[in-house]
Amino acid sequence: MSERVAVRKTYKLFIGGKFPRSESGRSYLVQDSNVSLASRKDARDAVVAARAAVKGWAGATAYNRGQILYRVAEMLEGRREQFVALGVPADEVDAAIDRWVWYAGWSDKLPQVYGGANPVAGPYFNLSAPEPTGVVAVVAPASPALLGLVSVIAPAIVTGNTVVVAASPTQPLAAVTLAEVLATSDLPGGVVNILTGALTETVPTLAAHMDVNAIDLTGVGDAALAADLEVRAAENLKRVLRPAPADHDWHADPGVTRMTTLLETKTVWHPKGV
Amino acid sequence: MIFEYAPAPESRAIVDLRPSYGLFIDGEFVAGEDLHKTVNPATEEVLAEVVWAGGAEVDRAVRAARTAYEKVWGPMPGRDRAKYLFRIARLVQERSRELAVLESLDNGKPIRESRDVDLPLVAAHFFYYAGWADKLSHAGFGPDPKPLGVAAQVIPWNFPLLMLAWKIAPALAAGNTVVLKPAETTPLTALLFAEICQQADLPAGVVNIVTGAGDTGRALVEHPGVDKVAFTGSTEVGKAIARSVAGTRKKVTLELGGKAANIVFDDAPVDQAVEGIVNGIFFNQGHVCCAGSRLLVQESVAEQVLESLKRRMALLRVGDPLDKNTDIGAINSAEQLARIRELSDAGAAEGAQRWSPPCELPERGFWFAPTIFTGVTQAHRVAREEIFGPVLSVLTFRTPAEAVEKANNTPYGLSAGIWTDKGSRILWMADRLRAGVVWANTFNKFDPTSPFGGYKESGYGREGGRHGLEGYLDV
Amino acid sequence: MTATATSARSDLSELGRSETALRTFLHGLPGVDQVGAEQRAAQLGTRSIKTTAKAQAIDLAIRMVDLTTLEGADTPGKVRALAAKALRPDPADPSCPHVGAVCVYPAMVPHVAEVLRGSGVHLASVATAFPSGQAPLEVKLADTRAAVAAGADEIDMVINRGAFLAGRYQEVYDEIVATKQACGDAHLKVILETGELATYDNVRRASWLAMLAGGDFIKTSTGKVPVAATLPVTLVMLEAVRDFRAATGRQVGVKPAGGIKTTKDAIKYLVMVNETVGGDWLDPDWFRFGASSLLNDLLMQRTKLTTGVYSGPDYFTLD
Repeated sequence: MSERVAVRKTYKLFIGGKFPRSESGRSYLVQDSNVSLASRKDARDAVVAARAAVKGWAGATAYNRGQILYRVAEMLEGRREQFVALGVPADEVDAAIDRWVWYAGWSDKLPQVYGGANPVAGPYFNLSAPEPTGVVAVVAPASPALLGLVSVIAPAIVTGNTVVVAASPTQPLAAVTLAEVLATSDLPGGVVNILTGALTETVPTLAAHMDVNAIDLTGVGDAALAADLEVRAAENLKRVLRPAPADHDWHADPGVTRMTTLLETKTVWHPKGV
Repeated sequence: MIFEYAPAPESRAIVDLRPSYGLFIDGEFVAGEDLHKTVNPATEEVLAEVVWAGGAEVDRAVRAARTAYEKVWGPMPGRDRAKYLFRIARLVQERSRELAVLESLDNGKPIRESRDVDLPLVAAHFFYYAGWADKLSHAGFGPDPKPLGVAAQVIPWNFPLLMLAWKIAPALAAGNTVVLKPAETTPLTALLFAEICQQADLPAGVVNIVTGAGDTGRALVEHPGVDKVAFTGSTEVGKAIARSVAGTRKKVTLELGGKAANIVFDDAPVDQAVEGIVNGIFFNQGHVCCAGSRLLVQESVAEQVLESLKRRMALLRVGDPLDKNTDIGAINSAEQLARIRELSDAGAAEGAQRWSPPCELPERGFWFAPTIFTGVTQAHRVAREEIFGPVLSVLTFRTPAEAVEKANNTPYGLSAGIWTDKGSRILWMADRLRAGVVWANTFNKFDPTSPFGGYKESGYGREGGRHGLEGYLDV
Repeated sequence: MTATATSARSDLSELGRSETALRTFLHGLPGVDQVGAEQRAAQLGTRSIKTTAKAQAIDLAIRMVDLTTLEGADTPGKVRALAAKALRPDPADPSCPHVGAVCVYPAMVPHVAEVLRGSGVHLASVATAFPSGQAPLEVKLADTRAAVAAGADEIDMVINRGAFLAGRYQEVYDEIVATKQACGDAHLKVILETGELATYDNVRRASWLAMLAGGDFIKTSTGKVPVAATLPVTLVMLEAVRDFRAATGRQVGVKPAGGIKTTKDAIKYLVMVNETVGGDWLDPDWFRFGASSLLNDLLMQRTKLTTGVYSGPDYFTLD
């Protein structure tokens, strides 16, 4: 009896809820697979998809976003072994699942913790509330491939942002597989878009893109590249999360700064009268 | 009958101006070489000479701030920092008339505003943040949030002392020390504030004031010894600062330009809306980053609203900033006046209809009559660029969705106004407007407890309220 | 902001024919934001009126005073003395103008009329079961006719606040129309009793209702309820007369009454008139102060301006 010939997977990009190949037709060999090598135009297409998704996602109720993030955790739990098979340590997969659960719960709490009534000295109702900043470009950490990726995506989207993620160039398979999880988790297409390939090709485009509102440089290890990206980001005053230190502990309590940096505070005044 | 108000000038005798001022570094006034005159924009009279600090002087100020941070202010218990800030708040209240008169002299704003708006808010800001100094562990930034260190602060000329308060009060409350650069055309109240720091026995080096222009600001912002940069001013300079701090550890907050839409619906409380339009664009000669410089009025009532607006504008009293009855004072500088003229001329050249009430402007000084442009479209420069003067562009809309679309159709996102009697519409609009401050049925209101700051190219970070502490803490 | 300001003039005269039309119209008037209106009034109150402008304002204010006594204890002697003061407020200074009017109860009208006859000082009488207005219409109209017959050339009526607050606008309207008829040639001032109307929206609606029904003046208060004239209430009423003239061409006067005690207060009102409706209303024919103690303060301030020294109450008559 001959051994069954396995069906191999093609690892593609994740843009607008679909899995296209790079428009450039290129791929690169990594982790024993051919992975799409995203181009500047793919980055641009991803931003368009992310922008299109903002209205619906930011406009969804916090409860709804929380449910969907929890659904992601459920789906990931079901695919636990798949990630382990890709070489992701089991405890990292568990931590990644738990992180989705942790962030899912923030959706309807952060506005309460981070906003509220301001006691102004006058006859006014005055309320500050956080709002998503819009489209966020994210450079995922090179490693840990799954936990690092989840730890940068979840805080950005839980509040209503949409993201274009440049996945770890050296360990992209977890990212593409996570995309498959997201695609089956009720997450609207375009909320998360994932590009694989060389950071130097896609990220400068994202950093300079005038329709991107913020950039998370967490995964940029090269200080000179990070500084260059921050300079590009200044052109439309993107909100910037600077690179994480190399020794960052991805298992520690993430805190709220990742979420709050990607939020705007809107303060509304109204007179109180009869 | 004609009821003419006789002149009612506030006495300037209360201000004791010195012919020349040094830099305030390490608790003392330090003489400098590069002296420049600061003038009263209402008369072009020279008020005093101030130093434009060079790199060495900026360096000295940053070092003084560093030493004060490490030796005195950083280790000081919050409750003691609080007491110094409370002291400053009280001193500002006690000397408020003197400060108000000086502000009007140096800036050109009407005494009614410096007296009734700027100074009360300055004192309130110090009072508010004083109370935070010993409560930071309860502010929601973790159990023991730390200050950043030395803050470089660069402020504009439109609200000189108020912007100083917005910068210095939270910085000091959080435990930072500061080097602040006031604008080159309005340095005097900051220097009087330095005297107040001395009067309060604030430890030397905690507050340093370096006067000067763009080069001084650049030297300060780019100094490797600063941990935090806070800037209020133009978007152009804000971008330059964002570039200059790239790759550094410096934390940045930026309060930049705006082109706010003030949206008037057909069911608005119209008399208050007209007041709000006037206050929105003519307050402080329109030198306000959050000014309601684009009036979006529902087409069905556009004519009536404009008629009322013109009637109201004809009552605005333009003239001597020290006259208690003046509504609109002088434009802050010849340079700003030139910019307002240039953009207004462009508005007329592009086909918008220009209107100003009959109004006599003084011969000397820098003046611009309150002006509206009608027949403006989104494509006109006067609808897109920040004029920073008493110039209002009027556009119309038909539906709430169109109003939102037009309001958001700008790279800026600082503020917006909504006028309607329908509550649910206010909330619907407020949700959709991409602006950091939304005033509904009011405009240009400020409070130390209320976070202020923009979306998009209007900058990032918030000043005021609990949010305002975040920019000065290591969180 | 409905169609009010642009409605054709003929349309407004039809409004009084149906409750529905009145309601639709009054509820279509632009709302008033309380905080904004009060801030505008306060801001106008910070105007600084000095020297020549102050002298001008004081004399104008004296000419606008409706010198008022509305007490159960009023007697012929009391009201005659008041009328004498109205004619010559400052006996020591013949350049001091006389007041606008004397305002009394109907029973006192004949006694005042004797003193004022031919003087140019108007004689106002409250009527229509002042101050509550809680009497049958026939009684109110008889009250009005009696006052006019006795010599009053101005009638200060009260509206039926109960009917207004209950939304029976037609009833209020009809009463004003009937009272106006009963007035004959006398001018009708319609007291809204704004302290009982509770909201500025109601003040605006009541102002329009009174004007639509033919009132010559709208007046804030009776002086008999805790809240009398205020600057913001007067602001809203001034806006109403301004808009009414724009819509109909007819000018209506405004009279704040009660609680205005000092020259400083009076000048704030005049500034407000100046900057809300303009010079056309800066005339005793179009703006009045319902007051009693205000007059002496105006006289004291007037003396201060002419002599340079502060005067005292002993130097002015108490009537």
